[in-house]
Amino acid sequence: MQITSQNFRSNTVHALADKDLQRALGNVEKGFIGKRQTVVDKLPEFDALRDSAVAIKQHTLKHLDLYIEAYVEKVEASGGHVHFAEDAEHARRIFLEIARRRKAKTVTKGKTMISEEIGLNAFLEANGITPVETDLGEYIIQLRGEHPSHIIAPAIHTNRDQIETDFRRVHTHLDVGRDLTAPELLLAEARGVLRKRYAEADIGVTGANFLIAETGSSVIVTNEGNGDLTQLLGKCHVVFASIEKMVPTLNDAAQVLRVLARSATGQEATVYTTFSTGPKRPSDPDGPEEYHVVLLDNGRTNMLGTEFEDMLRCIRCGACMNHCPVYHAVGGHSYGWVYPGPMGAVLTPALIGVEDGKALPNASTFCGRCEEVCPMKIPLPKMMRHWREKEFEKHLQPKGARFGLGIWAFLARRPALYRLAASVAMPALKLLAGRKGRFSSLPLAGGWTEYRDLPAPEGRTFMQAYRQANGRPRVHAKPETSR
Amino acid sequence: MSLSTKTAILDRIRRANGASGEDAARKASVAERLASRPRGIIPERGQLPPAERVALFVAMAEAAVATVALLPSIEGLPAEVARYLRERNLPATIRLGSDARLARADFTPTAIEVSRGPSDGEELNSLSHAEAGIAETGTLVLVSGQANPTSLNFLPENHIVVIDASTIEGSMEDAFAAIRRTWGEGMARTINTITGPSRSADIEQTLLLGAHGPKSLHIVVIDDL
Repeated sequence: MQITSQNFRSNTVHALADKDLQRALGNVEKGFIGKRQTVVDKLPEFDALRDSAVAIKQHTLKHLDLYIEAYVEKVEASGGHVHFAEDAEHARRIFLEIARRRKAKTVTKGKTMISEEIGLNAFLEANGITPVETDLGEYIIQLRGEHPSHIIAPAIHTNRDQIETDFRRVHTHLDVGRDLTAPELLLAEARGVLRKRYAEADIGVTGANFLIAETGSSVIVTNEGNGDLTQLLGKCHVVFASIEKMVPTLNDAAQVLRVLARSATGQEATVYTTFSTGPKRPSDPDGPEEYHVVLLDNGRTNMLGTEFEDMLRCIRCGACMNHCPVYHAVGGHSYGWVYPGPMGAVLTPALIGVEDGKALPNASTFCGRCEEVCPMKIPLPKMMRHWREKEFEKHLQPKGARFGLGIWAFLARRPALYRLAASVAMPALKLLAGRKGRFSSLPLAGGWTEYRDLPAPEGRTFMQAYRQANGRPRVHAKPETSR
Repeated sequence: MSLSTKTAILDRIRRANGASGEDAARKASVAERLASRPRGIIPERGQLPPAERVALFVAMAEAAVATVALLPSIEGLPAEVARYLRERNLPATIRLGSDARLARADFTPTAIEVSRGPSDGEELNSLSHAEAGIAETGTLVLVSGQANPTSLNFLPENHIVVIDASTIEGSMEDAFAAIRRTWGEGMARTINTITGPSRSADIEQTLLLGAHGPKSLHIVVIDDL
């Protein structure tokens, strides 16, 4: 897909003006936050399970080479194949070889973010193979020619009316007078249309929530049952997974599953968790004839052992974006690539480069809610700060910003000078603001004052006020706004 | 397999971790974990005596929008299936695999038309036997094979699953251990855990049942405690 992360600023301007999108984004807060809290409150061990999940991933990453070796051995013993892919292009080439050998014309797909990451659909179409998305949300956006705007609710930016329009446009074989006014009617239509596609698929493609070294299994988690049908009914099952999906054992997966379902959709358990191990056995009445796993690196080994290693714990639950005020305001497409929200702001620069992804780690208020709700306790704000440092080191910021930061840094390192400057600037600003006590325009701060006034300082610096109060404020500070 | 890519990726992992693939201590730590399968944190909720475990299983399954019936023995299954289909105005048909436990239920006295084998997507109603249950979440664990073809879990609109009360475990970890005891160390090709009927919230976050899998899930617990 075309990466537009470098246009983040203009993307957000369009997103904020898009009334349909703004209406749809209301569903993010409504649909996710309360439900998650309810099920978290019902499980006293939730925090202990988070720690357990973090420990599992940390241990696995430290021994990832050995677990991958153990995993490959088990997959091969069960009759499956593992293919290692350096990058997106390599992964696509591996898939095309399998598809050509099997003379594949149609490929059904369960929801997989890795296939979005490697741009599989456009590549298949260019090679004369038809990809059919089977997850309802993915199917909707495929009809619309769009990309997911959320990693677990890919069509969250759409509304019912738009979906009805798309279904009428594409499903021309159905009665034009049919009723599609209710969501359940739309669902029934998609179910009917997709039902026929599963069994005629030459290949079923899924992602993996986990790969299990103990057994050589791939695990998917779905509520619809579409991924499960995709991998069961396709004549050949191809799993796309990145290397950090590995966990040592089934028991380890069970630990992480508990925090995944609750953090993602606010469920005690996702409806279906399917463990697939190799192709169908001689005694099996159903299942695929071939089983392949494309194991993708695509920049992840470069994150290991760096300040971004913690990001490799991510289990793609979406809780960070569900709780992100920036995501709530601008939606997922503004982020310009596959991974939006706070996890995208950290992962995207690592995978596409800080040059193109530098705007994303800046799109944060550092409110810290993402880290608070992250089931894997990933320090997302800290890592966004690391990216900002990298951006500065690489001289990627505009000259004005560097100049301003340079002046501030010069003063900040000289406390006496800093206090002197502040003690001159504060009364001057108070004087300039006059009786109103606020600025409605200010040179160099137009980005702020275009939309709101800037409150003027009281006249004293913090240090002066602190000294006068003998270290104790006379009046307790009140927060300006409360949540 | 592209051996060179595998080697390159594994080498990068080792370098980043400042480790060697031949380090005996690392190898031992991995082998130990794979063999001992530590259980981590097991929520207290499901760690109950058998009868209470069954009660929790029923409550959690119902909370996930499954329906549950309790039978004293499997002999009553045909009548229960007939009742279920009749009350829902469903055709009197059922598709099932070759499970020996289900073979003990005699459907001939009922009007139900029984067919056997995997689903080709045409059947409306299917019947499976679960290998285990998970009380903590009201989850069924089904294992693939001739006895219970996986397609029966997903294609029909109404799925009826029989489970023996004695196989309802507290946690997923307990259920895995039970399956290893019955099935040995080798994994069946497919293990499905199922918690309630299929659903989607992809249209404006409105929860709808019966997305691609069954619209209704009916669990029949056989009281063999």
